[in-house]
Amino acid sequence: MTWFIDHLDDVQARTLQHVYLAGLPLVIGLLIALPLGWLARRYPVLYAPFTAGFGLLYTIPSLALFVLLPGLLGTKILDPVNVVVAMTLYTVALLVRTVADGLGAVPEDVQQSATAMGYTRVKRFFAIELPLAVPVISAGLRVAAVSNVSIVSVAAVLGIPQLGLFFTDGFARAFYDPLFVGIIACVVLALVFDVIIVLATRALTPWLRATGDRA
Amino acid sequence: MIVFDRVTKTYPDGTVAVDELSLEAPSGKITVLVGPSGCGKTTSLRMVNRMIKPTSGTITLDGRDTSTMKEAELRRGIGYVIQHAGLFPHRTVLDNVSTVPRLLGVDRRESEKRSMDLLERVGLDPAFAKRYPAQLSGGQQQRVGVARALAADPPVMLMDEPFSAVDPVVREQLQDEFLRLQDELGKTIIFVTHDIDEAIKLGDQVAVLRVGGKLAQVAEPAYLLAHPVDDFIADFVGRDRGYRALSFQPTPRLPLAQERTVAMGEAVSGLDAEWVLVVDEANHPLGWVEPRRVQGEVTTEVLHRGGTVARASGPLRAALDAALSSPSRRGVIVDDAGALVGTVRAHEVLNAIEDADRPALDDPDHPGAATTPHASSDASA
Repeated sequence: MTWFIDHLDDVQARTLQHVYLAGLPLVIGLLIALPLGWLARRYPVLYAPFTAGFGLLYTIPSLALFVLLPGLLGTKILDPVNVVVAMTLYTVALLVRTVADGLGAVPEDVQQSATAMGYTRVKRFFAIELPLAVPVISAGLRVAAVSNVSIVSVAAVLGIPQLGLFFTDGFARAFYDPLFVGIIACVVLALVFDVIIVLATRALTPWLRATGDRA
Repeated sequence: MIVFDRVTKTYPDGTVAVDELSLEAPSGKITVLVGPSGCGKTTSLRMVNRMIKPTSGTITLDGRDTSTMKEAELRRGIGYVIQHAGLFPHRTVLDNVSTVPRLLGVDRRESEKRSMDLLERVGLDPAFAKRYPAQLSGGQQQRVGVARALAADPPVMLMDEPFSAVDPVVREQLQDEFLRLQDELGKTIIFVTHDIDEAIKLGDQVAVLRVGGKLAQVAEPAYLLAHPVDDFIADFVGRDRGYRALSFQPTPRLPLAQERTVAMGEAVSGLDAEWVLVVDEANHPLGWVEPRRVQGEVTTEVLHRGGTVARASGPLRAALDAALSSPSRRGVIVDDAGALVGTVRAHEVLNAIEDADRPALDDPDHPGAATTPHASSDASA
């Protein structure tokens, strides 16, 4: 506990870096997964290759990605961009299928009536299909958020600053205080991400709550 | 007016959904497409707003070839109602109804004002405006569906089995209100159903399609019932078509008998009659009583309500039914205000039926008699 109080600045700084490294990819990954998921739904021939193919990205070990990406991107090994790109890939891997399935869950008669009302394809996506897919996409996003928070810490092996550094510190010195602080901070962070996503989903889906109080 | 000119839809696997369909849906009238499943009626409907593209042939809307129009614009000018309403679950009733005006660029306040009017028009309490579709019953959702289709005041409406998914009582209500609404609005409507009774009730003209997407006959309902062109149509329009055809025959002047009436609360036990009709202060019939079974005054409990009531200006079917259903064998006939004008017996109604004309075969002035669209001359309709 004293260790925690003494290193409060450190904990704060590393938590913010962790938020950045795990959170930003979540947003970018979602923005990339939306059009990919839409394509997988729009052209049925793309569904299997897209969902399976992007899903495979998730199996690439994170450490390997962190090491490989600087060579591919021309960045320095300690550049946080490497982590952002890697985490974005994982997010996309998890979300393409979710987005495709979420869009696919929009009832056929709703899509049909939207088309018949005179929605263009693009307008229909933003006005009808995307809002209705929010609950499913949100579920996928919660998995990706927790997974990101956890995987980012691996970047500590390379020395990229975030909460994972507490694990390498503690391990190197056989001193467990930083380890516990790191674990607790990670868990809290994952919970905060989850709560934010849940609240945002609630705000975006008022109709789901109204269903309960049928008149 | 919507005109199908030799429209064919063939799918890549070779299935012919619609085969050389030629048909006119006159302006301001309800044209019903009816037939067994697989007859291509829904496909035909969806080709009008190009949800499905015809393989060959043309569909024109007031003379304009629909294939030359921008799809989204074409569709915004056509109201569309489907079986389960297809409401947007994430939007309130009001927002659902406002959909097309908003797409057309009408500002929010104006389109919401119009939508509120429409909700009232289709018989929905304004309190529903802020609810979501899932909070409504099936019948209410369908009313919203109709209001939404009407919101931009399109001249043309396409309706695909809009009343099939609700229970029979609600369906009947929706049908009646739909007819009343159409009386006011006079839209050009193509209505798809598999239910011949619905087709006959709603259609100004009924087009029967057979499996394989071939038009079997198109005629006014009364004509269709009287003169089916072949066994398929005869089978399809059903066994009791003779009785149902009476729905289209106005009641001629019937020999009405004056009925002895009593008021509620009056004593009837001494009356020398088997059945006596009970009426309220406005002379509206309430039901029959049997004086010999009543001790003292007439109360609601002793009223026999089995008999139906027919309007003097209504169809013969209602007059006959009133006579057949009446416990006294005397059918109750009322005026348009619902006040008693007299009673009639079944044989008297039958005499009137015997004397009435059936729709004549091959009447050249009869637009409903046409089996090919271009033979008819109702372009002015």
